[in-house]
Amino acid sequence: MTSHGFREITFSINGKEKKLHIDVRKSLLEVLREQLGLTSVKQGCAVGECGACSVLVDDVLIDSCIFLAVWAHGKKVRTVEGEAKNRKLSKVQQAYVDEGAVQCGFCTPGFIMATTSFVEKHKGEKKTREEIRKDHAGNLCRCTGYQNILKAVEKCINSDLVK
Amino acid sequence: MAVGKLVNRVDAVAKVTGRAEYTDDFYRPDMLVAKYFRSSIAHGRVKEINVEKARKLPGVEAIFTYEQVPRIKFATAGHPFSMDPDHKDVADRLLLTRNIRFMGDEIAIVVAEDEIVANKALKLIEVSYEEYKPLIHPDDILKQGAREIHQGSSNIVGEHRYECGGKVDDALKGADYVIKGEYVTPMVQHCHIENHISFAYMDDLDRIVIVSSTQIPHIARRIVGEALDIPLSRVRVIKPFMGGGFGNKQDVVLEPMVAFLTLKLDGRAVQINLSREECMTGTRTRHPFHVQVKTGFLKDGTMVARKMDVLSVTGGYASHGHSVAAAGGSKSSFLYPRMAIEYHARTIYANIPVAGAMRAYGSPQVIYALECATEDAARFIGMDPIEFRLKNIVRQGDVAQVTGKEILSCGLSQCLLKGKELIHWDRKKKEYEKYKTGPVRRGLGVACFSYASGTYPVCVEVAGVRLVLNQDGTVHVQVGATEIGQGSDTVVAQMVAETLGFPFENVRVVQAQDTDVSPFDTGAYASRQAYVVSNAVFRAATSLREKILDYACLMTGEKHGKFDIVEENIVSADSGKFVLTMKELAVDSFYHKERGGQLTSEVSHKTTTNAPVFGCTFVDVLVDIPLCKVKINKIVNVHDSGVILNPVQAGGQVHGGVSMGIGAALSEELLIDPETGYIFNNNLLDYKVPTFIDLPEINHEFVETFEPTSGYGNKSLGEPPVITPPPAIRNAVLDATGVSINTLPMSPHKLFALFKKNGLMDPKGKADV
Repeated sequence: MTSHGFREITFSINGKEKKLHIDVRKSLLEVLREQLGLTSVKQGCAVGECGACSVLVDDVLIDSCIFLAVWAHGKKVRTVEGEAKNRKLSKVQQAYVDEGAVQCGFCTPGFIMATTSFVEKHKGEKKTREEIRKDHAGNLCRCTGYQNILKAVEKCINSDLVK
Repeated sequence: MAVGKLVNRVDAVAKVTGRAEYTDDFYRPDMLVAKYFRSSIAHGRVKEINVEKARKLPGVEAIFTYEQVPRIKFATAGHPFSMDPDHKDVADRLLLTRNIRFMGDEIAIVVAEDEIVANKALKLIEVSYEEYKPLIHPDDILKQGAREIHQGSSNIVGEHRYECGGKVDDALKGADYVIKGEYVTPMVQHCHIENHISFAYMDDLDRIVIVSSTQIPHIARRIVGEALDIPLSRVRVIKPFMGGGFGNKQDVVLEPMVAFLTLKLDGRAVQINLSREECMTGTRTRHPFHVQVKTGFLKDGTMVARKMDVLSVTGGYASHGHSVAAAGGSKSSFLYPRMAIEYHARTIYANIPVAGAMRAYGSPQVIYALECATEDAARFIGMDPIEFRLKNIVRQGDVAQVTGKEILSCGLSQCLLKGKELIHWDRKKKEYEKYKTGPVRRGLGVACFSYASGTYPVCVEVAGVRLVLNQDGTVHVQVGATEIGQGSDTVVAQMVAETLGFPFENVRVVQAQDTDVSPFDTGAYASRQAYVVSNAVFRAATSLREKILDYACLMTGEKHGKFDIVEENIVSADSGKFVLTMKELAVDSFYHKERGGQLTSEVSHKTTTNAPVFGCTFVDVLVDIPLCKVKINKIVNVHDSGVILNPVQAGGQVHGGVSMGIGAALSEELLIDPETGYIFNNNLLDYKVPTFIDLPEINHEFVETFEPTSGYGNKSLGEPPVITPPPAIRNAVLDATGVSINTLPMSPHKLFALFKKNGLMDPKGKADV
């Protein structure tokens, strides 16, 4: 650690290498929001209960509010900002739009990262509704009752199966 | 034509890409952070407070205590201003207080360069209290000589009684049977995923700009003015995207404080971003209700009398005060209108967190009691609960007793019949007869509700909309109606497209409310917006359409009435032949040197009607006796909300409401220590909001009626879905087990006690199987 509790980290964020001078006390959530302006990463509880701050670190879904930013050193971080490319939504984002899975939208970025990780992890596999529910149970939504989110996830899984 | 069609939300892409900006996303590097110093006791008075050590901490900008705030008491409820002096909200708050009324009451506030420093400073504040016994149970609160939580209040915030449809006591005497019941609902919390957050700064020497997650920007502006005694025009409130509210942000919680702080700190930006724990006990909750019901009915199942006595607990401050118990009483009265009804309610203070508005505003509590009592009456005479309800419920053409107004649209009977079919009532009733003993029991339940589409005639119902034709032939819409996630911007766009004849994609709703520019509207509450705004939008869009068609006449020299708008073109009304594009017309209106001007239309409209809405929940449950667990096999909500503007969004509202209702029925409760007033579970781990795996598939269906008092035939839908799941589940558990569970939630520890008491388990807790 360098003096005054700061440290330099290097990591990949949405496909781009980044070097940052960070306060070692800061969570990944804080650093992504405050230093990189990645405000899709939402804080709902700050203690890993709600999942609104979910991001992928080396393709593993984590709550960035309880993941220290220093731990991201040398790793690959993905947020929802990196998912839409060339003015085109990702398959998961498009499914959320089409199935009406979005209401207030505050849990949405975290959910989309959860689904993205789920869909990538189980590419080409058939998944039951119970498996989808269980896998997404770390993300809370108070608006939708999860009904249309379930449909959006199923749509992503099924579209993979067709291909 | 856009109304009733499947269109995607206008803000969906902004939200899935993470580009939608919420209050916390307007990051300013110079912004200060403020944190409340909250009381660690529930009832008492600060003897002494010492903030000197905290003030010296590097990074602390300022600390204010109750001694430094204006001595102005203000009311926080997000109601429109009332010109009736008897209908004012209770002004019982100061910005900070010396008198402690619940655990977490706000004594001082620290302003620091960041949250880490602010939290450190809080630990350095020294305080000593004079402590009083917390008043938590109604008996203690109302006991003769009990300490007054607010001086001069006798601990009563409000009380009212009404009687309609005849004399209840006479009607009870004429009844074949009279049954009594007592029903209790607990304190639950909204748990919107975005906590309360506001920040304020000044953009000159006088003007305060507040950015806030609020359902009521125009009301917040007025209340900030009242709390700080400054003219309302010096306050600007901006509401960006918002992460849910459910009524908790229909209250002015943080705005006066951030405004005060920026005023004190020479216009520096100051933010308050509550933690989840603070949000769950330091904002608002749902009022716990204690309800006694007496029901009189005849042998044939006709209900003749109902007497309700309600005690509503508002906690440490009035907030919405007695309005919640009052609204719950009046909006539920449409349901069974052909009987004598007496409704008496009192709202009392208590040393527990403050209750305010929450989705359906008193109706979930009142309807829970009412629909448990109705079920009990039906069972008493052995009548099928659907038959019993069909005999007594409201029909189109009935007169609402409380308002004296005829009910112009009502599809409740069809809702009940539809639900009966969807849940396979008759077949399952028979099938489940063999599941009334043993460890696994099954049952069916139903409950129905009535609600309203706004607050008139209690409050003013006003909506404003402004339409502007752009140079490219599209239209921009500004509304005062507040999008909080429920989808109001989308249905407004649909309404505008419908009346103008424009493609839906060519209508752009400005997605933020800003009191400097947004037309006046009182905000998102009472499920009012789509109903109230429909009357303003219809008028504004009709007027803009006329202006466009007139302008087409001006451009072509044709007579009025010759043209029509079809999609992006002006066409001949007779032949449908193309005349010119909307873009050509718009360009001419803006840039022709002699004629025209920007084509706009603005309407502020007061709605002086209030359409009742109706619906019901059907549920099929399995009760696991040894585990004391209720499993929902199937749940169906059927709603009459008039014309459905957007089927997917409407379905989404039902899903969210039902899930919140299931939470209230089975797992949600803020647990209060009866001795100290401490809340045991103010976090999302211990407070059981339903997760993905806790919810069954939620089915919904609409019985579409046409409401003539609404611009597009639509009525309210946002809140109602939350109302009936708890009583329907209670009635299903009763059907399955024979045990009446008259307090919520029906959690395993409660079922364990009741199953033991009723002999379903032996005294050691072993299931009698």
